[in-house]
Amino acid sequence: MTLKKFAVTFALGSAVLLSAGATRSTAQSHVNSPDPLLGTPSVATETSNINGITGHAEEGKHLYRRFCIGCHGPDGNGQGMNAQWIDPQPRDFTEATFKCRSTPTGTLPTDDDLYNAITRGFVTTNMPSWRPLNPQQRANLVAFIKTWSPRWAKEKPGAVLNIPPETPITIESILHGRELFQKLECWKCHGPAGNADGPSAATLTDSKGNPIKPFNFTTGDRFMCGDTNRDLYRIFMTGLDGSPMPSFADVIQPNDAWDLVHFLRTLQVALPNQELTLWQSYKAAHGKDLKPIGPDSAGGAQ
Amino acid sequence: MSKKFREGANPMNEFFSRWKTMLMCAFLLIAITACDVRTASALPPSKVIAIPAFARKYGLPCSACHTAWPELNNFGQVFRDNGYQLMNDRDSPIWQNPSYFPISFRITPNWHRETANNQVFDGPGGAGTGIGSVTQSGFDLSGMDLWSAGTIYKNISFVLLPSSDPTAVWHFEAAFIRFDNLWRSPWLNVRFGRFEMDNLISEKRFLFLSNNGGIYQIYHFTPPGDSNNFGYGDNQIGVELAGHSANSYTRYSVAVLSSNEGGVDFTTDVVPGAPPANRTYDVNLAFSQAFNAPGPPGESGFGQERIGAFAYIGQRPTSFQTLNGSPLVGIDNKPFYRLGFAADLSYKNLELLPLFMYGHDNPYLGTGLASNVPLPPGAQAPTFYGGFLEAHYYFNPQNVALARFEQINVGQQAFNNIGNGSGSNGNITAFTFGYRWYPIMFSRGGVALDGEYSRVRTIGEVPLSGDGDGTVANPFNAVWSSSIFFGIDFDF
Repeated sequence: MTLKKFAVTFALGSAVLLSAGATRSTAQSHVNSPDPLLGTPSVATETSNINGITGHAEEGKHLYRRFCIGCHGPDGNGQGMNAQWIDPQPRDFTEATFKCRSTPTGTLPTDDDLYNAITRGFVTTNMPSWRPLNPQQRANLVAFIKTWSPRWAKEKPGAVLNIPPETPITIESILHGRELFQKLECWKCHGPAGNADGPSAATLTDSKGNPIKPFNFTTGDRFMCGDTNRDLYRIFMTGLDGSPMPSFADVIQPNDAWDLVHFLRTLQVALPNQELTLWQSYKAAHGKDLKPIGPDSAGGAQ
Repeated sequence: MSKKFREGANPMNEFFSRWKTMLMCAFLLIAITACDVRTASALPPSKVIAIPAFARKYGLPCSACHTAWPELNNFGQVFRDNGYQLMNDRDSPIWQNPSYFPISFRITPNWHRETANNQVFDGPGGAGTGIGSVTQSGFDLSGMDLWSAGTIYKNISFVLLPSSDPTAVWHFEAAFIRFDNLWRSPWLNVRFGRFEMDNLISEKRFLFLSNNGGIYQIYHFTPPGDSNNFGYGDNQIGVELAGHSANSYTRYSVAVLSSNEGGVDFTTDVVPGAPPANRTYDVNLAFSQAFNAPGPPGESGFGQERIGAFAYIGQRPTSFQTLNGSPLVGIDNKPFYRLGFAADLSYKNLELLPLFMYGHDNPYLGTGLASNVPLPPGAQAPTFYGGFLEAHYYFNPQNVALARFEQINVGQQAFNNIGNGSGSNGNITAFTFGYRWYPIMFSRGGVALDGEYSRVRTIGEVPLSGDGDGTVANPFNAVWSSSIFFGIDFDF
């Protein structure tokens, strides 16, 4: 075989690939192929905007098919083929109900909220961090996720929660937070020591009736929606929609909320932090004066 | 760098210039790019997604970690770099989840046709008097992988990969333990055992399966007459220090390896009967950096681009310490090195994998002579250079078209007075086309239909694929070797 023939063979091979692609493209206009991810009409137009990056749903659709469909399903309802083995169950995007928001309970999250959730992942679930995808890809996914529910066409995201500056971390703040932990009955789910063994823990279900576990503070795991004090503040002021965790925005004042944050940090015994150090030294001196948290602690305070 | 390469002349043939090679590559790219992205939705769709062994543990689709299995995408690379951990609480060691069975099987029943010309065989005139083509075809089996991998403890991972050839002769293709995220830093990971080097373009995870197309020729190339058995794509045995940034955009690897081509039991192979190894060590260095290529304003970017460089510095024995004539230990080591750079480039659904490598062997390795004797007149250090351009077009996660063009030239022959003076002895030109379709990917396994056509042109040597009878009728004529392959590649 001469090199001329070699070149001809190579060129012909390329041409076959080319013609195969062209033929199929032509055929496409005549065949209503059952695309596994048709989505909604808004796929062509839906966008997201994250820090100057515009996400495109049409491109997010291809990424969804590659990365997300196994759990969240071809219909976006959280019924992917792997869902049966996953606990907690994957998010149902058709309801447009999201746990991690910076917006009030019952409202849609912002694009940034969805982007941050994809980026961060959920450490206590099967949802990994998708940071290995580049920012544009994550923005595209956000845009596509918004095509699953008509709510995105009818409603706007809620107003972003204003988080005031954090109050100083003091023993008084922690003690007041402890009072609130008792008074707001956080212990009923999270347990008196924060290890998710409260009397209601075994009975909790999510909005779809699936059993759900409260967060266990003692493991030192990252919170579901972030790892900073501001994230913790946001979690209980906005609630985790779709879960039994309510919003306390109408119940406590911002300063009280910071006190509660400071106390909750003391429950993270596996995660060294400033609040824990302060609390441990206080307990060493005044531990016997503290009333236990739980049903027998009428006043709940010290 | 050889004079021939600097001047752009291809020593293989005057007709086949470097520019024609480049034009051919360009044509390849245009052809694949022209397969419009709209083709994707016209191809057979499916609502099912595969779950390889790790995905069973994490509940992720296989396409989350693979562009098309077994090739990794960046998410899979990060997972691998983190010691097979997603860094969430699902990373628990395998023994904590009884429903998880960390073993995968992979084998490929296939039909293939192999042919090579310019071969010697027995003819009417007696043994070795026939010259012509040798062709064989039929149904066949590939080798089989029995892959087990996972975490033994948080930040301690492992791989155990017993592998057999088609006749069920087993060996350990890979077996290592890795200590991950030392001092809680992703930049410090130590791997110990037998493993694939940190190749930006992996030969162990690539998508070609045919005899001729199923290897990167440049990874295994040595000039004619060279005694060096090194293969850059082969798994090696030793210890590696590696690290990466949080998203694995920046990666490095430094490996110290036995100078025995990954052999075990102090030999130079993983199966019995191999010559004994020597007592020296090689070093492999690899570095790569990825970045996001921005697109036009208001549009999505092109994708992730990665570029990298590598260097392998090694030694091989030129003779043996013996007992009653039988070799005991390799001695009289002589050096060699390989240098190169590679990239993994994306333009939306098109992935391009270019690689360039330069190789240099000591004259004693090049001539196959023991270093305790003087070199014959005219002997010199053989060099070679070349590389490949591989293209993948992903119509969707279940359909991928493949193509590769490869060219290797001997820059400097071991003897400057070889034969008729041909400088093209040993040169290789190869191309491969393929298509992989993953039609059914159930939750506990995956299936890929694989079709390939591959053609390799070698001068003076039998093809690296092993086609032919090992003897070239006329070493100054080209040997054309081709493969046609249809296989059903499945894992469980």
